[in-house]
Amino acid sequence: MTIAVFNSIMHWTIFIMIPLIVVSLGGLFSEKSGVVNIALEGKMILGAFFGTIFMHYVQNIWVITMPGWLLLLCTLLIATIVGIIISLVHAYASINLRANQVISGIAINMFAAAFAIYGARSTLGTQHIRFTNVMRIDHVPGLGSIPFIGPIMFQNTYFTSLLGIIILLIVSFVLFKTKFGLRLRACGEHPQAADSVGISVSKMRYAGVILSGALAGMGGVIYIIPIAAEFSGTVAGYGFLALAVLIFGAWNPKRIFFAALFFGLTLSVASQFTAIPFLRDLGIHANFFRMTPYVATLVVLALTSKNTLAPKAVGQPYDKGGR
Amino acid sequence: MKRDSIMSFLSSLVVLVIGLFVGFLILLFSNPGAAAGAFSTILTFGFSSMRNIGDVLHGATPIIMTGLSVAFAFKTGLFNIGATGQFAFGGLVAILIGLNFQGMPDGLRILFALVAATAAGAAWGAIPGLLKAYRNVHEVISCIMTNYIGMFLVGYFVEQHAFFAIENRSASLPTNSNLPTLGLDRVFQSEILPGLIRSSDINAGFFIAIFMAIVIYLILNKTTFGYELKACGFNRDAAKYAGINENRNIVAAMMISGALAGLGGALLYLSGTVHIAAGNNLLPYGFTGISVAFLGLSNPIGIIFSGALVSHLFLGGARIQLNFPIEIVEIVISIIIYFCAFVFLVKTFLGKHIGKLFKGGEKS
Repeated sequence: MTIAVFNSIMHWTIFIMIPLIVVSLGGLFSEKSGVVNIALEGKMILGAFFGTIFMHYVQNIWVITMPGWLLLLCTLLIATIVGIIISLVHAYASINLRANQVISGIAINMFAAAFAIYGARSTLGTQHIRFTNVMRIDHVPGLGSIPFIGPIMFQNTYFTSLLGIIILLIVSFVLFKTKFGLRLRACGEHPQAADSVGISVSKMRYAGVILSGALAGMGGVIYIIPIAAEFSGTVAGYGFLALAVLIFGAWNPKRIFFAALFFGLTLSVASQFTAIPFLRDLGIHANFFRMTPYVATLVVLALTSKNTLAPKAVGQPYDKGGR
Repeated sequence: MKRDSIMSFLSSLVVLVIGLFVGFLILLFSNPGAAAGAFSTILTFGFSSMRNIGDVLHGATPIIMTGLSVAFAFKTGLFNIGATGQFAFGGLVAILIGLNFQGMPDGLRILFALVAATAAGAAWGAIPGLLKAYRNVHEVISCIMTNYIGMFLVGYFVEQHAFFAIENRSASLPTNSNLPTLGLDRVFQSEILPGLIRSSDINAGFFIAIFMAIVIYLILNKTTFGYELKACGFNRDAAKYAGINENRNIVAAMMISGALAGLGGALLYLSGTVHIAAGNNLLPYGFTGISVAFLGLSNPIGIIFSGALVSHLFLGGARIQLNFPIEIVEIVISIIIYFCAFVFLVKTFLGKHIGKLFKGGEKS
């Protein structure tokens, strides 16, 4: 295995793991507050759709020249807002109407997948939204020259990778070191107890779902920018993969990081294992690498779920009468 | 009880109308001039000829099966969103048997393919069932995982053992492996151009789907086994207290649910008109089955009609593709599913406001 191949695998690992971290932290907020969120995929799709169509318009239709970082920032902002709006739909159904959270999530996923293609076809005439990648940082001054680490982390890199790590730190802090985080977690563990000390369960759950929508929408853009030059209406199941990361990471930010690293490395190897002689010689089909994260998650679930680390009240609508 | 079922039917209807209305608004927004025409095409195209009616029923066949799969699990308190994976496995097994085993008599080979596909679906459904019963893993999560694992496995097998490289999809079956048409093609045919008669693709699969709907109806409503399954769905602890082996029932329910989806896969791919595309894609039929199940109020007989309805919308949606992307139909269906999430709320609302009218009617 040459250095170039190794670096490429590490780059792809980062490109894959960062959106997984961001989106699964979104799922973490929602589940910690007590709302199941299988709509992460749909929120990613809509975030990526509105983000990339904005980029497409700026670059090809309105032809506005703006610095790459500003364009990236605007795109992330739009995706975040879209994620929040769509999460309100989920929140309203699951908190106000106490509806089945799984059905509402499925509906959002289906809507997003259809809407992204419908929207692109009816505005651009094609399913594929092209954008020019102006956000890559070829070489971070100074840091990029560090041997070994430099080429992996500080060359051909994106600001979004740094952003993902910053979000990870902020989320860990907010969830476990602030009053807000404690209250949010209480609503997911024992909403009756939280309510009895004056915490508004529905407000906290709204906060959890909105934060999850924001991160998932942003995650859609973070996913698509480094790895493609066009968005075709799909995020390749990364929303569900992020859910797997969340479970594999035992609802804990630190473990989520390592789960995402493991998944990222596996999928990165799956995409380029023909360049690695000893793996190529094994003659294993790439699909077997690709399914590893899902199999691993099933195994972990089977082994740990008797004493699961999931929030206790997740998925149950809060009923004041049950106090 | 009768009033309750009227309310259920009405709430389904309301949800359907809301979904269609939002779909119409989206059509109107994206192309105001063509919206009204396109909308009426969606609503009427499926009825416009005998051939189209046949195609609606043919298109309904796989989603009736996945609808039954989702509804059966739902009746027993389980949410099988893994129907997609079970469907794909059944379809794969049917394709592999249809392509090979040419030494067998045609009828026997087709029967073998149907039975093996059913078994494959049941096996794939057993995994979340076992995990739920004995390891307390939520079936929604394990179904998501088995869907993706199944997707990669099916992709692998199609690529390795049933590949048609030129069109980048699974190989076409020899016509002797297709389900018999039983003369249905001669009933459902129309003259599309003067002198040019085309038949619908409909085949015996539709009757198999109807038959299975009746079987599921009987199992759920007329057998002790079905009663026990439903009891587990209502209250797992109470069922256990009543001496019902709830773990065994969970596994059985998921296996039957998976079997229905797997058979659906066989019915689709043994019709010779559809193929599994190469690359790794989740098949849509399992998810469409969720909307079919809820629109049909999880009632096996209702599902026959909701399956035909959804298939009708898809056929009409395909017809308007010149002006609008076909995804409009999926948007409509997703909105219907969203409202299905609180269909009980709609039902209570209706019960409060319209229920009085019916009560008055009964008295007089």
